[in-house]
Amino acid sequence: MKTIYFDNNATTRVADEVFEVMQPYFCELYGNPSSMHTFGGQVGVRVREAREQVAALLGCHPGEVIFTSCGTEADSTAILGALAAVPHRRKVITTRVEHPAVLTVCRDLENRGYHVIELGVDKQGRLDLDELESLLDDDTAIVTIMAANNETGTIFPLEKIAEMVTERGITFHTDAVQIVGKIPLNLSESPIHLLSLSGHKLHAPKGVGVLYVRKGTRIAPFLLGGHQEGGRRAGTENVPGIVGLGKACELAARYMDDENTRVKALRDKLESAILAGCPDSRINGDPENRLPNTTNISFEYIEGEAILLMLDRFGICASSGSACTSGSLEPSHVLRAMGVPFTAAHGSIRYSLSRYNTEDEVDFTIEKMPQIIERLRELSPFVGQVHV
Amino acid sequence: MWEYTDKVREHFFNPRNVGEIENADGVGEVGSLACGDALKLTFKLDKDGRIADAKFKTFGCASAIATSSVLTELIKGKTLDEAMNVTNRDIADYLGGLPEQKMHCSVMGREALEAAVANYRGGDVKKHELEGHVVCTCFGVTDVEIERVVRENDLTTVEQVTNYCKAGGGCGGCHGEIEKIIERIQGEKVGMHTPPVPRKGKKLTNIQKMQLIQQTINEQIRPALRAHGGNIELIDIEGDTVTVAFRGMCAQCHLAEFTMKDVVETKLREFVSEDIVVEEDKDSVEEGHVHKG
Repeated sequence: MKTIYFDNNATTRVADEVFEVMQPYFCELYGNPSSMHTFGGQVGVRVREAREQVAALLGCHPGEVIFTSCGTEADSTAILGALAAVPHRRKVITTRVEHPAVLTVCRDLENRGYHVIELGVDKQGRLDLDELESLLDDDTAIVTIMAANNETGTIFPLEKIAEMVTERGITFHTDAVQIVGKIPLNLSESPIHLLSLSGHKLHAPKGVGVLYVRKGTRIAPFLLGGHQEGGRRAGTENVPGIVGLGKACELAARYMDDENTRVKALRDKLESAILAGCPDSRINGDPENRLPNTTNISFEYIEGEAILLMLDRFGICASSGSACTSGSLEPSHVLRAMGVPFTAAHGSIRYSLSRYNTEDEVDFTIEKMPQIIERLRELSPFVGQVHV
Repeated sequence: MWEYTDKVREHFFNPRNVGEIENADGVGEVGSLACGDALKLTFKLDKDGRIADAKFKTFGCASAIATSSVLTELIKGKTLDEAMNVTNRDIADYLGGLPEQKMHCSVMGREALEAAVANYRGGDVKKHELEGHVVCTCFGVTDVEIERVVRENDLTTVEQVTNYCKAGGGCGGCHGEIEKIIERIQGEKVGMHTPPVPRKGKKLTNIQKMQLIQQTINEQIRPALRAHGGNIELIDIEGDTVTVAFRGMCAQCHLAEFTMKDVVETKLREFVSEDIVVEEDKDSVEEGHVHKG
């Protein structure tokens, strides 16, 4: 059975070109970039080239790129590192819809005496910028707001937020894991201080990420040890991963247009056909300002995990914000923050596409979805009894 | 992805007895859209008072659908008294087990059955009614329900209680009260059981040995650990090697190694066999949540 992978916001396949450039760095060019000998030195050169490739995608200087082990590490480094640089400030502002890599750090800070404010969102997942502005003060150490939401695809007005925050002299960090490679960035023209990205979300391998640190941003290192990454992140470099990420960034720039035209058209086709073919379904998120690859749809009266298992039987991979999927007892914190009724949140399915998806895959899914929804609704006691 | 048995998958993809019986003798409803799972059970009796037909409609995950399907299969042909003896454990066992976090689905099946039988016997009410006082306000679970799942399934931690009936799965404000219920029930059990008889040099069968180890942990070791905010879980038994994992405060205690030898191993040697060697499973951690990417 063919796998149809519509779960690219969770992870992506490694691009063939990426895998190819990584291979020599396992068994042939395995030197340590910090070594004094030529064997290691040549690897160091390759790491530098990868740094340049990442910087080219981000529109920044290579010296502003710190390689990390993942997006989560980049987030922790950004938040904790920025706080350490301004110990007298005790206020942290974030949103209720952040990824756990940010939200959990912030909630832990609250336990450690910081004043943490989680901004709410409206029904479409949008922030109230006036509220944000009213909260900024001299005690605010950092504002950390994601660039785009991983569950709904809703894109936040990043530049506007960054400007508002930074002109008050406050450090601004964004978890841009979902946006890098999908939406063009030019950080040299942006006031953003800190930005996190993750390799495995843009067809690089798992185990490599980046923290962008704008020149002049005060940040204490999170991992202490050796002198790697200019003393800003200790630990021997994951050379194959870094080389792969460099290549993935180069490819992302090349495919950016495809992402925003062909992939977006596939997403739109999938979304509109599902909405038309499945009654009592609705989109979660901002229909306008949304990642081109993502759609999050709720199906009333039925539960997301059951839908996923039915899809899985056809080789279709997606994800759900239902409680049953996660092992928790409550549905996605993102959907709840948006005020999506429990009935819809439990039946939410996220499809996230990539450049590897085809029209045939979309057509096949469009054909199967109504059958799946209908079958599960036959089992549901609420169909025809509850009106939402 | 949950690890479901083939039987769970079979009953999910091909559920038996889907639907609603018109003019049913008994109707039972439990759960809600807001909770994320709900079950409506209907049954019809034959002239001898046996369940001639049972049908279900379920909103929920694969476990909820599979347990509902099995419930209808298990109760067909039984008298109401016989059907009322079906426990959530029977439902889960029939399916070859459920993931721990999904055990509440089997409990939901049993509650729907109780509601349907009560509806037949008592008339108007179809909804599963709460008995006792509400302990978990997030999920509306009472002390009576918690006591029952603890007693019937030999639960020893708040997390297990959450897995079985959802209590404690929201704000966490009721964890203290759930702890007290667990302590009380487990304490009663210690009083009810005859304490394990120390070994008399007689060779135990493997089954006897496993039962005696479990009994000794439940009655001689766990209460002492719980008194200090800790707990213990039996992970594996291989020959005379018993692998356990510490939970709660014991998991972080710097005296864990001392406890392992001086308490756990000593007690097991006293009551089971002098050859017992206890090892700690340090890799065993309680499962976290699935990452949504």
